[in-house]
Amino acid sequence: MANYQLNLDDSLRGIRSAIGLGIGYVPIGVTYGLLARTGGLNFLETLAMSLMVFAGASQFIALNLISTGVGPVQIVFTVFMVNLRHFLMSTSLREKIDGGNKMLEMIYSFGITDETFAVASVEDGEVNPPYMFGLNLVAYVSWAASSGAGYLLGGGLPTVLQESLSIALYALFIGLLVPSVKRNSGVLVIASLAGGLNSGLRLVLSPGWSIVIGSLIAAVAGTLIFGTKVDTTGNGSDLNEDR
Amino acid sequence: MKIDNLFLLFAAMMAVTYIPRMLPFVLFGDVEFPPFIRNVLQNLRYAILGGLILPGILLINEDPAFGVIGGTVAFILAYLDIDVVFVVTGTIGVMALYTLAV
Repeated sequence: MANYQLNLDDSLRGIRSAIGLGIGYVPIGVTYGLLARTGGLNFLETLAMSLMVFAGASQFIALNLISTGVGPVQIVFTVFMVNLRHFLMSTSLREKIDGGNKMLEMIYSFGITDETFAVASVEDGEVNPPYMFGLNLVAYVSWAASSGAGYLLGGGLPTVLQESLSIALYALFIGLLVPSVKRNSGVLVIASLAGGLNSGLRLVLSPGWSIVIGSLIAAVAGTLIFGTKVDTTGNGSDLNEDR
Repeated sequence: MKIDNLFLLFAAMMAVTYIPRMLPFVLFGDVEFPPFIRNVLQNLRYAILGGLILPGILLINEDPAFGVIGGTVAFILAYLDIDVVFVVTGTIGVMALYTLAV
């Protein structure tokens, strides 16, 4: 096994892979910083929430609940529900991360957000702990810095910029998904099915649950349709390395 | 209700965010899942990505065409094997023009 602690190449690969994500975080972080200021948080509190929680959706929800006067227990419970999907993400990503010990796992799992999950997921083959640290580093710094910048900006971005920037993270997700779709059309079937199910379930369930249940159904359906013999993802399996 | 200690709240939020992210690593330890489960977990990566895109992209603007156009532009750029950095910045650029034009 390689010596992961000193593996600079893989860390650099993680950093490079995270550049798109780093840019995608800026508008969201800035918006969060602006809203935090409007909501009555001071600079330190604004930054502290980003550094401690490091979860976009949860932080927006918390700001909203704090300003509407909801109690702390309800806020924490809501955040917990919103974050259930990360359990699925870590379970899935765990299969793709090669090596590392419990200690390392417990550190880099702090940085598993929707976006870092997405970037690591679509990498060719396996990734390792140094890669995860490189990826997390860019994401964390970008998120914290843009949160602080948003607070300091105060006045806000021009509406045109703000509106067009709102597409950033979705462009990132699509940009990450498409190369896998090109390699295997089954990926498109699974992703579309999950998106459709999530849209439908959103009408009857909270967003936290609808994405968990919708994704699980789509993933199981994918296995039933495409089977386990063939690696439908063309990605990460030692059985079928088609690079 | 005014929350007296925001840092305490953040610490609790930190715990309920971190635990679901960390737990699978501790819980499943060195478990080797059977092929069916492993395949489901692989598919799950793409399923979750699909769920992160839809329906969210259609809801970012009151005008659903905004998300449809943005999504299509990103798809085309990515399909042309353009680096994801430029997929993101290119899509932002096109949507800035769209916002100005509408």
